[in-house]
Amino acid sequence: MSLVETFFNWEVFVSSFPLLLSGLRVTISLGAVSIVAGLVLGLAIALIRLYGVRPAQLVARLFIDLFRSIPILVLLIVVYYALPFVGLSLSPFMSAALSLTLVSAAYTAEIFRAGIEAVPRGQFEASFALGLNYRQMMRDVILPQAIRIVIPPLTGNCINVIKDTALASVVAMPDLIKQATQAQALEANPTPLIAAALMYIAILLPLVYLVGRLEKKSRREYTQ
Amino acid sequence: MTAVISINHLSKRFGTFLALDEIDLNIETGEVVCVIGPSGSGKSTLIRCINLLESFEHPSTVVVDGTPVKKDKNLTSIRENVGMVFQSFNLFPHLTVCQNVSLAPMRVRKKTKDKAVEHALALLKQVGIESQADKYPDQLSGGQQQRVAIARALAMEPKVLLFDEPTSSLDPEMVGEVLDVMRQLAKSGVTMVVVTHEMGFAREVADRVAFMDNGKIIEIGTPSDIFDNAQEPRTRHFLSAILAH
Repeated sequence: MSLVETFFNWEVFVSSFPLLLSGLRVTISLGAVSIVAGLVLGLAIALIRLYGVRPAQLVARLFIDLFRSIPILVLLIVVYYALPFVGLSLSPFMSAALSLTLVSAAYTAEIFRAGIEAVPRGQFEASFALGLNYRQMMRDVILPQAIRIVIPPLTGNCINVIKDTALASVVAMPDLIKQATQAQALEANPTPLIAAALMYIAILLPLVYLVGRLEKKSRREYTQ
Repeated sequence: MTAVISINHLSKRFGTFLALDEIDLNIETGEVVCVIGPSGSGKSTLIRCINLLESFEHPSTVVVDGTPVKKDKNLTSIRENVGMVFQSFNLFPHLTVCQNVSLAPMRVRKKTKDKAVEHALALLKQVGIESQADKYPDQLSGGQQQRVAIARALAMEPKVLLFDEPTSSLDPEMVGEVLDVMRQLAKSGVTMVVVTHEMGFAREVADRVAFMDNGKIIEIGTPSDIFDNAQEPRTRHFLSAILAH
């Protein structure tokens, strides 16, 4: 068997394509749900970590440190296989989305915190001096500036979340890589795996380029 | 005359460093008070205590327009009525000039956008930069930015305006345009407390000049009391050092 026939077998590709496509849909929706939920939760945790009452700050810190140190694969297994013992049975999708969200929120919180702290002190002082309350200051003055600072690292985090969706295959999620390994077993040919790899690259490569461009742009603005 | 700001036994420490040492000062409505003195003498700290950008120690009191300044629900209403102009402008870089000026009146005073913008444009005209209303702060010179900052503070129609070394970070050729605007304001009866190194401005515009050193008001009086007849050796030493160069 030639190399092309083994790894780039057109017939195998065509017959496994529908399966791969359904896996891709699952991967994308899992990634999207986890990214959006992680952003919202992460911003809330960052604000608590910075401005909450002391005990809440400690909890936020614990959350951030805990979920940044636990491997996602371990968290995923705990959520899917251990939680049912305390009566909490989540579907594979829910388990995967929850695990990815918790970890993404922890990283996002640190990114937002760094972004908010990078806004000069004078901006806070000018807002207070004008009589803006805390919420108005955050919404109209601080966050619009912080978000510009954090867009490159946040995009980087999105890439990681989408990559990590592949781990969900261990909890029987029919995502892209799970479907690819199944098709590979079915066809006794690795072509579906190669096709899946190319699909991941097709989604992520543009994002990687985008991060690079955003970082260059923000560096330019910073040095102006 | 009534005191719009009343400062009693105001002390402030940074760690073990005593930045303000039992300051007493009353500011009357319509009065312009200039605070002069060497760097690190506590001038900026003093005015930053008036709107609680710096906290101060317990027995000290600062009262603005009858309301004690402390961290409670009255604080934002005090801050609404006390405008501040900073050494480093602190304009909001993501908002246009007009948005910088109209933001707080819309959010805090609940003005409609049309009213707030109309007022903002009138104020920008007053400080001579109405043509720059749609630009962003970083497209303006330092002097123009500081005039926007003054318009932004005025937009809240404050009872008092605090100036924290408003010309210290400006190129020399732009100092004049900012001082002109401040001179105009003083003439129109705005109550002002100005921390400054511009002795000419203090002599010409101030009703009273306070000389500070080591966290204390060493001497306070009319400009001629301070500049021509200073009683305290430290005041005379400071002034001669400044005027000698």
